[in-house]
Amino acid sequence: MKPRLQLDPAVVREARELAARAGQPIVDMARTHTTVSVERAVLRLAGLQGADAEGMPWVNRLVDAVRQSVGLEHGVALPAWDAMATAGLPDLARLAEAAAQGKVEFRIPAGDDARTARAVASAALAGGIGKIDANRAMRQRLIDETAEPPKPWIYLIVATGDIYEDIPQAQAAAREGADIIAVIRSTGQSLLDYVPEGATREGFAGTYATQENFRLMRAALDQTSRELGRYVRLTNYASGLCMPEIASLAGLERLDMMLNDCMYGIIFRDINPRRTFIDQRFSRQIHARAGIIINTGEDNYLTTADAVDAAHTVVVSQLMNEFFGKEAGLADSQLGLGHAFEINPEVPDSFLLELAHAQLVRELFPDAPLKYMPPTKHMTGNVFAGYLLDAFFNLCGVMTDQSILLIGMMTEGIHTPFLSDRDLALENVRYVRDAAGRLGESFVPAPGGFIQRRAAHVLGESVALLRRICDEGLLNAIADGTFGITRRPADGGRGLDGVISRADGYFNPASDILDGGVRGHPADSAASMSGTGARS
Amino acid sequence: MTGNIVRPYGDTTGDGRVQVSFTLPVPFGTPTEKTRAEGAAMQLAVKMGLDPAMVVHAKGMGPDFTFFIVYGRVSHLVDLSEVTVAEREFPLLSSAEVNLRIRTGLGRKLVVVGACIGTDAHTVGIDAILNVKGHAGEKGLEYYREIRVVNLGSQVAVPDLVARASAEGADAVLVSQVVTQRDAHISNAREMAAAFSAAGPGRPLLVVGGPRFDPATAPSLGVDKIFGKGTTPREVASYLACALAPGGAGGVRPADKVTTVEAGAA
Repeated sequence: MKPRLQLDPAVVREARELAARAGQPIVDMARTHTTVSVERAVLRLAGLQGADAEGMPWVNRLVDAVRQSVGLEHGVALPAWDAMATAGLPDLARLAEAAAQGKVEFRIPAGDDARTARAVASAALAGGIGKIDANRAMRQRLIDETAEPPKPWIYLIVATGDIYEDIPQAQAAAREGADIIAVIRSTGQSLLDYVPEGATREGFAGTYATQENFRLMRAALDQTSRELGRYVRLTNYASGLCMPEIASLAGLERLDMMLNDCMYGIIFRDINPRRTFIDQRFSRQIHARAGIIINTGEDNYLTTADAVDAAHTVVVSQLMNEFFGKEAGLADSQLGLGHAFEINPEVPDSFLLELAHAQLVRELFPDAPLKYMPPTKHMTGNVFAGYLLDAFFNLCGVMTDQSILLIGMMTEGIHTPFLSDRDLALENVRYVRDAAGRLGESFVPAPGGFIQRRAAHVLGESVALLRRICDEGLLNAIADGTFGITRRPADGGRGLDGVISRADGYFNPASDILDGGVRGHPADSAASMSGTGARS
Repeated sequence: MTGNIVRPYGDTTGDGRVQVSFTLPVPFGTPTEKTRAEGAAMQLAVKMGLDPAMVVHAKGMGPDFTFFIVYGRVSHLVDLSEVTVAEREFPLLSSAEVNLRIRTGLGRKLVVVGACIGTDAHTVGIDAILNVKGHAGEKGLEYYREIRVVNLGSQVAVPDLVARASAEGADAVLVSQVVTQRDAHISNAREMAAAFSAAGPGRPLLVVGGPRFDPATAPSLGVDKIFGKGTTPREVASYLACALAPGGAGGVRPADKVTTVEAGAA
């Protein structure tokens, strides 16, 4: 990637410093709190699966039982493993069943009992994290065995609601050229405070994210990867009230990419801001460990706000996502920062504006696998015009070296894509890639010309907004409706009752291992904080 | 009146030329398969009334499917006098028009309180209408600058809903009901309507929605409006703006009307 915009390195540095300053208080909060979903994730990582007769997962039952009895200020692990030893139960599943029947007494152990409980819990979590490590190695082995597809990776969505319908559709999409399959979740799964169990065949405009569905789809795509001689990645959504649990399941079942934005749930789903940020840090630590690429959701802002006026809010959110991501241990190569081609095509010079925005993001984050989203807002029922717009999106994507292209459908907003819509969309991107894939090397915007000026302007607006956020505090800025126009107060929204302040002696054997991992890369995060200009 | 009879226009008046595209689950690999696939497309085109038809493009998609683009001439006549335009009782407005109508007609924010009542924990419907995220490519009511949304979530008791609606100064109450065992959705809606009536005059506009409601039964349930399956946030916003800010600006355009073509000329 060569620089094309002559960005002022001092401005870029300032932007990163401001993002770090705005984000640090949030990180401090996340480090001193836990949530019911973080604690449930600990149990999932230790291998607790299954649900009771009503379909409520045992992890929910057990965490609720511990909370009612001794609270979660010390974490679920200490009282759970202590109770297991005291009651002589062989595993977490038996403990959860017994606790649900009210047959278990929990306590916060001290002395040798506490040391024993900690040791056994730590060993259990080492096993769970070990599975994630093994999956990461397995992914690399499969990539070596097959092949890493060239970028941009082509990202296609399936969403039938029935995992057994999704599988053949995903395999067909991969054969047609998709490098990444995303299984859209059932509408509103974000708002469920539990993760459904088992293989599911009914969803609302999407398929539930469950451990078994993850496993089934990954196994099918492994088969297809071998058949095609190219590793096909699988994506799902770590957002909503169960973000840490979904992230953990993704690590345990070797998903490759996860949608995981720092503010999406707050803005678009009215999930409590504190809950979101605490859940998010743990989720990103898991993703970092699992080698999962996160995808952030800045494209969503442009579906509610104007893509020209709000271009800088995308950059600000990306810088925040970068700060939070790196703090949690994610490498540049795991930061799939999102943006989108959403400018009204009737705006004069709209394509030049798109090029300026896309190139700005590319240059600010030169080593990130950027995820570029196709037009949706200005796709009309005119499928012929839509096909042209998608071609310009693809062209902008290859000219500015985007890493992941979500393939636009000319029937966007009309219906779930027909087989032929998908085929035509792939024909479109293949043509642009073959015809203009190397255009980037000759794309040199005129010094001081429209594109350079526009990029500098958006960067300047981003710095101004970041200054305001630093003055106000990020939580206040969110409460004031800075992002996506919606006001989200820090104490409003869903899930605040699941936030718990950590006591002295809080014990989370998963975090102990994962925090160790973060501490292992101090140079990495220091470099990202101070920044070295556009680093290109 | 001859002006009432028209035909599709390709490049000459009355030539009847149209274009269609479709996929058939037939292979397009060997020469024999290709010939057979194009014949299959021709057969469908002719049955659809395209005569003569011309398959201008055929492409295999994977081992089992073929995509076709077909041009042809239809002999059907369109009788404009038989086209009936059924107008919605309220116009479908854009978000800008909804906001404008509320601003000019109401002069303040329109307050909506939403909930799932009774034992119903399925908030999918109410969230699709209220959350910014929205549904079917449309943003939810939270997205509208002139609407203030209070979403109470699931399993809200009717007395709590009435109290909260009063405290918030609700202009409209939206209730979603998915669970329908023993017609729970109907009894819950009736109970809610009765509770609001009992609370005194000047009750908010009562709107219920859910996949099993019959939109024609609003009066018998005692509510003002029922939205059925497939309702989008924009429809609800348009209805609320028109019902609660009737004097406001924010106009009707011809494209907002629903056009239904009666079966004819077949």
